[in-house]
Amino acid sequence: MAKKNSSEDEILGKAYDAKLMKRLLGFVKPYKKYVILAILLNILVAGLGPLRPYLTKIAIDDKIFNGDLHGLMLISVALIGALVFQSVIQYFLTYFTNLLGQKTILDLRDKLFRHTQKLSVSFFDRTPIGRMVTRVTNDVESLNELFTSGIVMVFSDVFIIVWILGFMFFINWELALITLSVLPLLIYGTFLFRKKVRESYRDIRKYLARLNSYMQEHITGMGIVRLFNKEKEEAKKFAQINGDHRDENIRSVFYYAVFYPGVELISSAAIALIIWYGGGDVVQNKISLGVLFAFIQYTEMFFRPIRDLSEKYNIMQTAMASSERIFTLLDDQSFIKNPENPVPLDKVKGKIEFEKVNFAYNEDNLILKDISFVINPGETVAIVGATGAGKTSIINILTRFYDINSGRILVDGVDITKVDKRELRSKISIVLQDVFLFFGTIRSNIGMNNPGISDEKIVASAQHVGADRFIQNLPNQYDEEVKERGATLSVGQKQLISFARALAHDPSILILDEATSSVDTETENMIQTAIETLLEGRTAIVIAHRLSTIRNADKIMVMHKGEIKEMGSHEELLEKRGLYYKLYQLQYKDQELVLSK
Amino acid sequence: MKNLRTLKKYFLRYKTALITGIFFIIVSNAFTVYVPIIIKDSLNDLQQGIAENKLVEYALLIVGSTLMAGIFRFMIRQTIIVISRKIEYDLRQDFWEYIQHLSLRFFQNNSTGNIMAHATNDISAVRMFIGPAVMYSIDTGVRIIIVISIMSMISWEVTLWSLIPLPFLSFLVYVVGKKVHKRFTLIQEKFADLTTKAQENFSGIRVIKSYVAEEREVAEFDRLSREYLARNMKLVKIQALFQPTLFLITGMSIIIAIWAGGTAVINKTLMIGDVTALIMYLGILIWPMIAFGWVINIIQQAEASMARLNKLWSEELEIADVGEENSLVNEVKGEVEFRNVSFKYGENLPFVLQNLNLKIPAGHSLAIMGNTGSGKTTMINLIPRLFDATEGEVLLDGVNIKDISLKTVRRSIGFVPQEAFLFSETIKNNICYGKPDATESEITERAKIAQFSKDVLEFPEGFETVVGERGITLSGGQKQRASLTRALMTDPEILILDDSFSAVDTHTEEDILQGLRGFMKNRTTLMVSHRVSTVKDADKIVILDKGMIAEEGTHDELIKLNGLYAGIYNRQLLEQEIEEI
Ligand SMILES: Nc1ncnc2c1ncn2[C@@H]1O[C@H](COP(=O)(O)OP(=O)(O)O)[C@@H](O)[C@H]1O
Ligand SMILES: Nc1ncnc2c1ncn2[C@@H]1O[C@H](COP(=O)(O)OP(=O)(O)O)[C@@H](O)[C@H]1O
Ligand SMILES: [Mg+2]
Ligand SMILES: [Mg+2]
Repeated sequence: MAKKNSSEDEILGKAYDAKLMKRLLGFVKPYKKYVILAILLNILVAGLGPLRPYLTKIAIDDKIFNGDLHGLMLISVALIGALVFQSVIQYFLTYFTNLLGQKTILDLRDKLFRHTQKLSVSFFDRTPIGRMVTRVTNDVESLNELFTSGIVMVFSDVFIIVWILGFMFFINWELALITLSVLPLLIYGTFLFRKKVRESYRDIRKYLARLNSYMQEHITGMGIVRLFNKEKEEAKKFAQINGDHRDENIRSVFYYAVFYPGVELISSAAIALIIWYGGGDVVQNKISLGVLFAFIQYTEMFFRPIRDLSEKYNIMQTAMASSERIFTLLDDQSFIKNPENPVPLDKVKGKIEFEKVNFAYNEDNLILKDISFVINPGETVAIVGATGAGKTSIINILTRFYDINSGRILVDGVDITKVDKRELRSKISIVLQDVFLFFGTIRSNIGMNNPGISDEKIVASAQHVGADRFIQNLPNQYDEEVKERGATLSVGQKQLISFARALAHDPSILILDEATSSVDTETENMIQTAIETLLEGRTAIVIAHRLSTIRNADKIMVMHKGEIKEMGSHEELLEKRGLYYKLYQLQYKDQELVLSK
Repeated sequence: MKNLRTLKKYFLRYKTALITGIFFIIVSNAFTVYVPIIIKDSLNDLQQGIAENKLVEYALLIVGSTLMAGIFRFMIRQTIIVISRKIEYDLRQDFWEYIQHLSLRFFQNNSTGNIMAHATNDISAVRMFIGPAVMYSIDTGVRIIIVISIMSMISWEVTLWSLIPLPFLSFLVYVVGKKVHKRFTLIQEKFADLTTKAQENFSGIRVIKSYVAEEREVAEFDRLSREYLARNMKLVKIQALFQPTLFLITGMSIIIAIWAGGTAVINKTLMIGDVTALIMYLGILIWPMIAFGWVINIIQQAEASMARLNKLWSEELEIADVGEENSLVNEVKGEVEFRNVSFKYGENLPFVLQNLNLKIPAGHSLAIMGNTGSGKTTMINLIPRLFDATEGEVLLDGVNIKDISLKTVRRSIGFVPQEAFLFSETIKNNICYGKPDATESEITERAKIAQFSKDVLEFPEGFETVVGERGITLSGGQKQRASLTRALMTDPEILILDDSFSAVDTHTEEDILQGLRGFMKNRTTLMVSHRVSTVKDADKIVILDKGMIAEEGTHDELIKLNGLYAGIYNRQLLEQEIEEI
């Protein structure tokens, strides 16, 4: 169930994938002006570097050898001018490419997050949270580099190479060809390097993903690790993954260690050729010393962007792999479909009907079988049954967390697949069995930052469920900080807050899924009396195990292994002497015994 | 830099390799700086019109020196960068083993995302310092010294002139470095906020969907993203300035060298080869200088990250372990005693438990009842030392638990927490967490006691079913029973159940209690519950009220006392009587 697509983290895209690139560029489109600006600045700045050796050559041949001090001065000033100009442009270039990158990834990140909000609950069931978090944070982040130093800088490198080639051929084409003669060797070397690094990079990513999901899970489960004395074993497990990660990194160091000196060696071979061949020309007075000097400088300049290109290649590689994962998520259509022309649900009276509903979380394994019942507006219905009988599942399909396999569910006579699911949910408040509190304050947890819920309403709701008492005792009352998952509150207190949240939203239909299971009976009784008036005129579904909580219900449904076995009022069911009767006996028999003593 | 001092002990661990690496840096630089000398000689020879066949020799020398430099450069990476990966491993390992022993309070005060950021982003940033930054800064240092000495030998005058712009460099590095540090820290903080937001949202997605809060969540996320962008651009503003300025300063040096050197050639005090060599040397200096700016950045970021790690490493390990050697008890029989125990969660927080005195003889059972928030969970958390008592002591077999090794204490306890936590693994792995070598029959036997096996057998994959994170994909009661089975597996002397049947129906609960009765013979049991039917058979029942023991005794005694317990009891009874009428 959980690990089905765990290989997704290990995707390794190609370094360049035209389709992905096109989609990525789609995100850059709104910022076209920055791209054009950056490219223009690049063209300008790219020529300035290669201009300098040329000017130096003139300085040597024409000025220095002719003893022209004034001319040397002028050339120096020209060089300074070029340098200052280049620096200024460089500043703006860096600034704008970063702005471009930041804005683009902001859009992408927002879009991705917006998309996740539409994904279905079953998608979240099977996807580790850590992975989703990585998508919207780190994966998106790694695209930043693509936009800032990747795309634009690739242009810049290409321009620089073109300029250098231009100058070289302009000064002396023979020497230019000689310089280029080492190029095939370089290309071959780079190709080999890329292949090796690519493989090793894939493994590094894989181990990193494992490291992250391991940590995520064991940090949340740290209490269990301790209680079972597993610190040593867990440290060993961690060392295993951590060590794999290290070893793969060390392997990749080797490739870099060979590659960089290799490029140096090839470029020095080019210089050697120039000295050897060009030097001969100088002796024969075919070329000047200045030319030789310029070529030595050009060779050095020429190899730098080529070496950088392979670094850019890595950035591209990372970015492509990340964007492939991002787009996979963006393309995931695990939605609960909304109808095209939803039927409006203005004022919900609260009639709920299930007609022959069958439901399975995983295709083959039916959890709910042939469920049919009617709840009339304003009725309170209790669902009882053994754990795993399917009580929570009924709630899950009523709010369209999951879609059913067959049958129909109607609210106020309208099929729920025909209404906007958000509108449907806004009419229903649920106290989920698994209580979840957010980082924030007590107030924000009850009101859910909904501007339509006033402070008075929040306090009143807390009072109804008896949470107000303990909240008033907290140092900051309703503004008391709530930690991750409400870690500093007792479980019962969390349930009460979650209950208050449901009441504050003033629902037409209220659903309580074992909402007070961890709350003491005194508080529970108090809540019951308090909400009796609140429930007036509203439909309520209550799931509970304590019969004291449910016996007042208008109707009780007894579930067993995904089927409704009995339905009726408390008295009717007792009459029947069936499942419900047995349950009831069990809970009270001991007390009766004592009583009879 | 003071935070990075923590790394000293790690560096010492690899000091031989490190020193070798530094030696390689020096040697490789010696070869690198030799190349311009050859070029200088060849150009000077050419200027004087000297033999053509000497050129071959020069060409070979150039390739030879670069080859040698390259070999050593290879070895530098194989030593220093490899060390950085090893230290990264050590740091991460130490980090993990450390947080495994941090108090639970730490985990409550720090979000999961934040803790993980330490282990990934921060340690990576420190790694960049250990590897590339150390390598490049030593390289740069060595190179500057060698190159400047050689340059001075060629012409100290031109060298002096061309070095004039360099002091500006140091100034720039100093001023900008400070700012980078500050702004980078701000960025990291925002990134952590963003991560936390995403994490929270995905974990609570059901609640968000139920309350149709998606739009608000998106708006909030967008706000954080924009703040993150703004902070990034603030850093970009100085970083964008940094590189070009470095470029300008170093470029100036070269132009001065051309001008001053050219003048010297005109005045016949230098030859053209000398000037070329000077320019090439400055060229050799430029890249390390620019890299230097980058290195400064890395160091600043590493410093910020190391500070965060150090802060974590100074967190108190509240739960001190005496270790197995000093442990006064190695086999626990199961007597549990609270002696004058008081507890509060923090300095400024009120007492949650007050002056508890209670003794449970080995093999006996104790039931704890009390209102929500009265301190039941807190009280039983003290026994396996998830927290330590603020005042007073908790004793096992008459010995203060602080004098018993943590391992012994926890080994003797089977604990079923109020909120069941399962790992996203197979049910079997979860159940056998405390006893990986359990046999099939042990597993089925314990799962039967917990009334869990009948559920599992209905799953298509049985015990091999993989559960979702935290056990999502199981029903509430299934999670609780899985958690109970896991505790039963270890054959504990003391079994602690914290409201462990809240999501279990009465019928199943009755069956579980029935099964446990046999299992619990001769074992101490503590159970928290709200149900009278669950607690009434206990040897002793305790009612907690606002952290104090309000009542204690057997069921019958408490009924006679006619206090809180009788109240709870009567409430349930009363309902029933009304019913009967
Ligand atoms: N998200 C899910 N994915 C797969 N199976 C599930 C999921 N949630 C519950 N189940 C299974 O469906 C059955 C019914 O669960 P549920 O409706 O939660 O029971 P309960 O009656 O205790 O509320 C159980 O066997 C459970 O394992
Ligand atoms: N980690 C914590 N930090 C601060 N306060 C806490 C923490 N855990 C619990 N509390 C507070 O201590 C009190 C007792 O909690 P607990 O022992 O969980 O109650 P219960 O009796 O319901 O199990 C409650 O008021 C709760 O808010
Ligand atoms: Mg349920
Ligand atoms: Mg509790």
